[in-house]
Amino acid sequence: MVELPYLTPQYLFAITALALLIVDTIMPRSKRPDLLAGIAALGSTLVALTSAWFLAAGTGAGRTVLAQFDGMLVVDGTSLFFTFIFGSVATLVILASYDYLSESEAIAEYYSLVTLAALGMSLMAASNNLAALFVSLELASLPSYGLVAYLKRNEGSVEAGLKYFLIGALSSAVMVYGISLIYGATGTLHLSGIAQALQSGLAGLDSLLGLGLIMLIGGFLFKTASVPFHFWAPEAYEGAPAPIAAFISSASKAAGFAVAFRVLVQGFPLDLVGEIVPWGWVFVVLAIVTMTLGNFAAATQENVKRMLAYSSIGHAGYVLIGLAALAGPGDLNTQALVLGAAMMHLLVYGFMNTGAFLFVSMAEKWKVGRTFEDYNGLARQAPYASVAMTVFMFSLAGLPVGGGFLSKYVLFAGTVQAGFWWLAGIAAINSALSLYYYSRVVKSLWIEDPSESLDLGPKPTGMYVAVIGAAVVTVALLFAFDPVAETAIAAASLLLEGGI
Amino acid sequence: MMIEALLVVTVASAVAVMFADEEIAGRLAFGLSLLPLAGSLLMLLGFDGSGNALLGGNIAYETQVDWISLGDITVGYHVGVDGISIALLVLTTVLMSLAILSAWTPIDERQSQFYGLMLFMEASLIGVFTALDFLAWFVAWEFVLVPMYFLIAIWGGPRRKYAAIKFFVYTNVASLVMFIGFIALVFGLGDSITSLGLPEIAQALHAGQLGSLAGIAPETLKAVAFVAMFAGFAVKVPLVPFHTWLPDAHVEAPTPVSVILAGVLLKMGTYAMLRFNFTMLPDQAVAFAIPIAIFAVISVIYGAMLALAQQDLKRIVAYSSISSMGYVLLGLVAYNLYGLGGATFQMVAHGLISGLMFMSVGVIYNVAHTRMVGDLSGIADRMPLTATIFTAAAFGYMGLPLMAGFAGELYIFLGGMQSTVLPGAQLFTAVAMFGIVIVAGYLLLAMQRVLFGPFDADTDHEIVPAAVTDRVSIVVLLLLVILLGTAPDLIYGIIQDAVQPILTIGGGF
Repeated sequence: MVELPYLTPQYLFAITALALLIVDTIMPRSKRPDLLAGIAALGSTLVALTSAWFLAAGTGAGRTVLAQFDGMLVVDGTSLFFTFIFGSVATLVILASYDYLSESEAIAEYYSLVTLAALGMSLMAASNNLAALFVSLELASLPSYGLVAYLKRNEGSVEAGLKYFLIGALSSAVMVYGISLIYGATGTLHLSGIAQALQSGLAGLDSLLGLGLIMLIGGFLFKTASVPFHFWAPEAYEGAPAPIAAFISSASKAAGFAVAFRVLVQGFPLDLVGEIVPWGWVFVVLAIVTMTLGNFAAATQENVKRMLAYSSIGHAGYVLIGLAALAGPGDLNTQALVLGAAMMHLLVYGFMNTGAFLFVSMAEKWKVGRTFEDYNGLARQAPYASVAMTVFMFSLAGLPVGGGFLSKYVLFAGTVQAGFWWLAGIAAINSALSLYYYSRVVKSLWIEDPSESLDLGPKPTGMYVAVIGAAVVTVALLFAFDPVAETAIAAASLLLEGGI
Repeated sequence: MMIEALLVVTVASAVAVMFADEEIAGRLAFGLSLLPLAGSLLMLLGFDGSGNALLGGNIAYETQVDWISLGDITVGYHVGVDGISIALLVLTTVLMSLAILSAWTPIDERQSQFYGLMLFMEASLIGVFTALDFLAWFVAWEFVLVPMYFLIAIWGGPRRKYAAIKFFVYTNVASLVMFIGFIALVFGLGDSITSLGLPEIAQALHAGQLGSLAGIAPETLKAVAFVAMFAGFAVKVPLVPFHTWLPDAHVEAPTPVSVILAGVLLKMGTYAMLRFNFTMLPDQAVAFAIPIAIFAVISVIYGAMLALAQQDLKRIVAYSSISSMGYVLLGLVAYNLYGLGGATFQMVAHGLISGLMFMSVGVIYNVAHTRMVGDLSGIADRMPLTATIFTAAAFGYMGLPLMAGFAGELYIFLGGMQSTVLPGAQLFTAVAMFGIVIVAGYLLLAMQRVLFGPFDADTDHEIVPAAVTDRVSIVVLLLLVILLGTAPDLIYGIIQDAVQPILTIGGGF
């Protein structure tokens, strides 16, 4: 029996991206849009399915597998779990983009940039070495800059792309400088090597390593759109094509967390590095500030896309709790629960937040405008899509219409178990506040009367499929949450046991 | 399998009604709502449970399936009923069918959505009263908010959007507070539990398995958890000073929704208090007896005073619900057989009576299109049946013998007078009893002005007898109130059987 390579999902992303470019050069122009969308969607679906299959088959469940380049890339529960998220989000985004791109020229480039970025993200989740991490991070980032600025004749899109690029380039520079400092202090880029160097002492280079680690954390905070490096997010999401905003706010954020989890937990375990940089407590503070700022800013927005942008900052704050709670006195099981809960939340978030942004892109397609008022009465014209949006909003708010309820409350429960009941309390206040602004969207859709006769025109098929599909998965996750929960906790537990 | 059948049928009915034509939605919803009603009555007839579901009693219609595994703890889909929950389950299905019937007249737009949401709410209420696993219960508990939000915000009065969001956020905050308090308690139990099953948690707490959590000593943990849960549930009940969402929600909600809100949703709060605070942490319930009794008495008196000051009939009934729920809490804190049993009985009795009051007010409003006391006078001549039932309902509210409210309040006052755990119980009970006088005052005053005297109606609509369906629903409900008042043992026996273990196993007071 032939065994598939451990990195099959990543290879699939790469093959899809290349296939798109080849087809674009050899196929006649007229047949391209359907075929390109088909290849891209098929490729990403296969990625999601293979990683789910690998997880189900137990690949990397009990131990981390050295996959490629002397262990620079590894495969374990965490990398597969996140690759599943990237594959799913990419599929949804590609489906929705089919209608979004109907009048566009550079379709193949768009799809291949999306798959390349997803490839970069899945490599980030598999990086076991700071050099591999940096390369894959750039592979994820560079296509994203291009995609944000994809509407090159639209001022907003270009401006957003430029802002995103400048801040992204700066943060990459800071990060790579941090990596060089860490290398200087420890003499290795391997995560387990760094942990070993920390164990045997750094011979007075503690503060050098500390500085490097802080710079590295800064890079993570940029990627996950957390305070204080969050301010690019609303601008980039607002200007970017809405499917790309969905992609960046869900997948790119998850990728940032995937590396942050692995690098911090395995390379810089708190019991070794806690004296130099007590990053657990740093994340306690950042989690509080991030979720509070995100939620309060979201509550004051008039533009739905900006509201979603700030809400995604708020959710980054919740997920940061997963790292923050590691500062507590909990044992391995407690820490695995809370870190696993953060992963679960990212997975559910991948569906519900992507779905919400895709609904916004549908509204852009209908040209109904961008504020809450512009959405008034949409449910009368598009009831099914509005039901889906309602599911996304309430699930994001933590009501039991979708898996977001379970992941959020498991996260809160894990936080309490880790001894941070007051942090859970602050998160709870934020969650209640978020109900206010999420329900504003629902109110516009269902309760307000449309201002004038709305005519939405033809229904965009791909977007409908993507939005309804995301809603179905979000609801299904409320009932079939067990596989997600078990996988995430097992993956987190393996992560916490240390790297190789 | 009975409970699963109820849930599946109700959800399927809700979906079917959502897709039904506008014209038939109301009739279809009523017809379909008879299925869970019949199912719950069958469950009551075939009820073979005994004891308290949380304290090792024999649980009827129990199902347990593993749902989610979270490391050391397994979350299960675990449902079943005992004497307390079956009574509230039947209350839910009865009131829902009648509320749907009474909605035929006032609800004239987006009907299929309205009735679909009502049935969704019924399904989640069935879940609340039958779930025996914390997370499964919490799913149902929170899901209730979703249909309720839409029902108030779409079909409500002029300030419906404000009322709906206030209700929504207010009760959501309460749930979050309660969740954190309870989950801290659960984790304090450490390895002594392997699931989030309420029976397992209750029994582990009684066995003294509670350890410290993150440096918080068990005793402190208990007290904090008790307060957090109590505060969370108090919003739902609601107790003064957590009541401010209620008048807005009630006044703006359409009548059939008010019926469910007052009749069933408020009982969720006291039901949860009984299940969590008073069953799981009896020593804390005793330790906090005086502050709780003060909350109860203030709710009784202050709620009644507020009702006295209102001009809107619906507001009067809304505030008087606060007052009545204060009695339920007084029964709980008395913490003896009459007190706990009476409180549970009063939940059912008040569910029926407040439902009847709201429906009667709704019937008058459907005809007159005003509910203000000053706008109407002497309408008894024009609407004789409605006036009769409204009068009967008001007397039921005052606790007239042979009506359900009498039995409930009698048990509660008996319990209150005999209470040994509440210092100064007689004083608290006596003050609370004074609330009855105020109730009589405002209800008689309102009735006298609206129903009797010379006819005068400051409205553009002609006062004519109400629609047949309206009259049928209030007659049926009145008959049920009288039935329960003349034969309280229909349910009081099984209720008593289910609350007895709380006292014997829980603390032996």
